[in-house]
Amino acid sequence: MGYFVEQIIFGLTVGSIYALIALGYTMVYGVMKLINFAHGELFALGAFVGFFFLVTLDWGGVFGPALAIGFTVVFVAGATALAGHILERVAYRPLRHSDRLAAVVSALGASIFLQNVIMTVWGAQYRAYNADILPKVVWTVAGQSVSLIRLFVFLTAVAIMAGLYLFINHSRLGLAIRAAAIDQGAAKLMGVDVRRVIAVVFLIGPALGGLAGLLVGVYYGQINFNMGQLYGLKAFTAAVIGGIGNIPGAMIGGLLLGLLETLGDAYVSGAWKDAIAFVALILILVFRPTGILSERVAEKL
Amino acid sequence: MRLGRLKLARSVEILGTGLFLALPFILSALNVRSSPYILDLLSMVGLYALLSLSLNVILGLAGMFHMGHAAFFAVGAYVTANLNLTYGWSILATLPAAALGAGLLALAVAIPVIRLRGDYLLIVTIGIVEIVKIALTNDVFGLTGGPNGLIGIARPMVFGYRVARPVDFFYLIWIMVAFSALLFHWLENSRFGRALKYIKEDAVAAEGMGVDATAYKLMAFVIGAAWAGMAGTIFAAKMRTISPESFTFGESVVMFTIVILGGSGNQKGVVLGSFLVMGLPELFRDFQDLRLLAYGAALVAMMIFRPQGLWPPKPTQYRLPPPYDEKYPAGGSG
Repeated sequence: MGYFVEQIIFGLTVGSIYALIALGYTMVYGVMKLINFAHGELFALGAFVGFFFLVTLDWGGVFGPALAIGFTVVFVAGATALAGHILERVAYRPLRHSDRLAAVVSALGASIFLQNVIMTVWGAQYRAYNADILPKVVWTVAGQSVSLIRLFVFLTAVAIMAGLYLFINHSRLGLAIRAAAIDQGAAKLMGVDVRRVIAVVFLIGPALGGLAGLLVGVYYGQINFNMGQLYGLKAFTAAVIGGIGNIPGAMIGGLLLGLLETLGDAYVSGAWKDAIAFVALILILVFRPTGILSERVAEKL
Repeated sequence: MRLGRLKLARSVEILGTGLFLALPFILSALNVRSSPYILDLLSMVGLYALLSLSLNVILGLAGMFHMGHAAFFAVGAYVTANLNLTYGWSILATLPAAALGAGLLALAVAIPVIRLRGDYLLIVTIGIVEIVKIALTNDVFGLTGGPNGLIGIARPMVFGYRVARPVDFFYLIWIMVAFSALLFHWLENSRFGRALKYIKEDAVAAEGMGVDATAYKLMAFVIGAAWAGMAGTIFAAKMRTISPESFTFGESVVMFTIVILGGSGNQKGVVLGSFLVMGLPELFRDFQDLRLLAYGAALVAMMIFRPQGLWPPKPTQYRLPPPYDEKYPAGGSG
């Protein structure tokens, strides 16, 4: 039983990271109907920007752990949001009215470009985060050990998502985003500035993805220039599981995928762990292409 | 006048092809030291031309966003390797088996997903190529040798002649490219090809005219995959060692971009694309890291400024019977 609970905790931790990345995919897809292939690379960029502040500049040693993490979160979010904004300006905005295929290929090109920028700047080898950013504290709750780092990752992700949820559901801009996601044309007629919505989505999505990258660095302790590819594909799967374009769906899809993967790893086969996400993806698309929360059409504003 | 230009283009084409085929002789006559390297490179260009021509049937003609072509390429290569290593089949005899293996896998995965809309299909095919790669790495059914792959695949024998040198592969591969291009050209202009074009332009209208879109798309998918399987055979024989690294998502992306950059739907464009994507980076070997960077940037720029590719297909033209022309002169509103 203890083993099972432990797997659940693992799963939720990894899942919360998937969920953060998936949000970026789902928001962009909702508004632009575009699979942002470069999103995985923005996530990796976040991990490396975090690496720069926490390891290269050693902010942990300068400010102490709490402040260092706080500052890094702000800077990572800012840097990746900026990168996302530039990406949208350069690679996607000129293609808004062209063929879908052209946008997809442009996204692929941007992804290859960004991946190689990261490799050129930081090199192709694995980079290690310093292990002592967060003190190694482990609590025992009801016979179950819970480490600070896992709790930190999970709670940070949940806090960010809660903030996003409030923003989307209780602000005018959030309303505009939801409206543009449901029907861009109608939203425009109602006075929604769709260009601005797209610009905002390309600030928030990349920032969330970048923060997920930072969390991966802190949690696993090592990062690599092409980490964005696998995480990106899995997070996209999570978004599809939740119903692409659906913001709460992406959160649930991420957690679900994390659980599925961890349990599959623990009880079925470790070697096939990475295949689980893709099999899930295919099954979902075949049997329930709208995702598990397929209520989006009937959503009330 | 127009006929003259047409003739000129034709003769340039024939001359170019002739020169290309005579290249090994020219290189050896000039005593070019790096000629094995050049021929090897051109063989790789040819192999990717073969793969991209087969992808063109799926992506260019039928308009399906398929980004998992490396999966079928892999199946072909592994079928060949197994039949050769375990049962001692000669390489060329495994060609049909490789085609069959890849075609069957394509059929199995395509039946459930063929109806999916554009970008969903794209993501599913990425999923397929990832699953295949994981399966290869995990030594599925004990047939793939795990991460190290399979080694010691034999050379192909053509009428008792052992194909081993770079020159031999150069000819073997480019003859296959020419043969495939002819076959696909014929396919494109057949009833089947017309149906695919119709589906690509407007699937609903095609269905309305009685074209079974799903069946045709499925056929195109299987044909393209089978061809990629045969390219896998050649790849296995050329490399003699195959491992999962050669069949990644990245390889699929390369094939996909060759078709798009060259000119989706035009075979000449696709071959041109293979030269550019596979050949051009080799000229800039000294800038290893920056090559891919430039490649990514080029893709974005290309989609913004010339999304139809470098050499897109000409729109199909039909000559109307003369009475119609006389009745309604060109430019008239009819």
